[in-house]
Amino acid sequence: MTQNFSSQRFRYMGHPMPYLPADGCTGKLIVIEGTDGCGRSTQAIMLKEWLEVQGYAVIDTGWTRSKLVGQAITDAKEGHSLHRLTYCLMYAVDLADRLEYQVIPALRSGFIVLADRYVYTAIARGIARGADKQWLRDLFGFAVQPELVFYLQLGVNDLVPRVLQACKMNYWESGLDMNYGDDLYDSFVAYQSELITQLNIMAEEYNFHCVDAKQDPKAIQRQLRKAVTAYLSNVNYLAPTAPGQQSGLV
Amino acid sequence: MDALMNPHPYPGKLIVAEGIDGSGKTTQLQLATRYLQARGLPVFTTEWNSAELVKTITKKGKKKRSLTPMTFSLLHATDFAQRMVQNILPPLKAGMIVLADRYAYTAFARDVVRGCQRDWVRRVYQFAPRPDRAFYFNVPIDVSVDRLVSGRAKLKDYEAGMDLDLSGDIVESFGIFQSRILDEYQKIVREYELTEIDATQSIGDQQHTVRQLLDQTLAGYTPLHKEIANCRMPIAD
Repeated sequence: MTQNFSSQRFRYMGHPMPYLPADGCTGKLIVIEGTDGCGRSTQAIMLKEWLEVQGYAVIDTGWTRSKLVGQAITDAKEGHSLHRLTYCLMYAVDLADRLEYQVIPALRSGFIVLADRYVYTAIARGIARGADKQWLRDLFGFAVQPELVFYLQLGVNDLVPRVLQACKMNYWESGLDMNYGDDLYDSFVAYQSELITQLNIMAEEYNFHCVDAKQDPKAIQRQLRKAVTAYLSNVNYLAPTAPGQQSGLV
Repeated sequence: MDALMNPHPYPGKLIVAEGIDGSGKTTQLQLATRYLQARGLPVFTTEWNSAELVKTITKKGKKKRSLTPMTFSLLHATDFAQRMVQNILPPLKAGMIVLADRYAYTAFARDVVRGCQRDWVRRVYQFAPRPDRAFYFNVPIDVSVDRLVSGRAKLKDYEAGMDLDLSGDIVESFGIFQSRILDEYQKIVREYELTEIDATQSIGDQQHTVRQLLDQTLAGYTPLHKEIANCRMPIAD
């Protein structure tokens, strides 16, 4: 079987930006969503390695990592004074920057792009802070539509011990800017519960591939790999070194 | 819920000045500020792209030429959101007069010319309150080029749209870029009912018209807090 190199059009979650290329999307965007403590990052690393072993070119991209605003977001958060609008908009800048400089070029080059979190987290966090849902969807409409979205689902009661162990119950993950009260624990529970509610709503709407994050990490990874394999063969997206593939020689 | 389409619910008044670079809007706004202050009214001013948080990022991005139409647009929206929350809404809610040098309409014009989707930019700025009076200082492109080139050392790259590869020559690029912005503004003037002022007139004549219109807009307005009338300090970032 030969690889399908026919030029595909980019699909966007809302309005595409007219100046961005419409064609040439031969790569695949796979997203792993989930709250803190669900094991997302670990799963992403394992998935990437597994894909690379098979010969796929993979890049990973995560939240707040753009060169343009990544550091500024970290710094602004130190100050504890980001208004919800500014908060959402800065994450939008970050995503736009990563999309244009990392994701879209990689997709055009035929890479698999593994995104650790995507617009869904941004929208959930925005809603939890009281931003208008429609405004958030309009704002992030420029995002490329992912092919696959995995949602590592975890209830807030399972989430708490993991976050505490990782010492990650901090100001922002507890939504302390949000006035859920000044008790760190109570605030954390309220805020994360809201995030989970919003992600669950989007899971239904956007057809996420839901995975029980309480399982053993290896079991989760098996599920992810199974789904990815099925998807990739479905769309005829084979790695260069897949068995049976001819070499490049004429 | 498009805030720009409906009158705002606050006791203060929001006055805005728009126009391309070199239209003279800043001068007119400054004179208007003096006029209102002389009348003993509490006035606060705010300028485009002035929020500290965003200024550093934009400066860095411009230096490295790494800003794209999207990130540029979103950075300005971030700046605007910050200023709205800190510098515009509080005085409006306190019943004061806010004078803004440039407003969301600047984004609607520039970002679209840069390539952003017209509808998308408007939706991003949905949270912006509608001005009680928005002046648009209309000036032909040659007049604005003259004013800028004679008044300053040199044109700035992003102001001339050099990132869009319109021309290798900065003055020519400025002309092409700002002309397109002028066309966009014409649409915006109609869409949002801005008050157009012929900016080729003398400063005095323009200001005369501006003051008359301000008097109209402020008819029946009284400051809520008499004791801070004549306050000249803008709220710090």
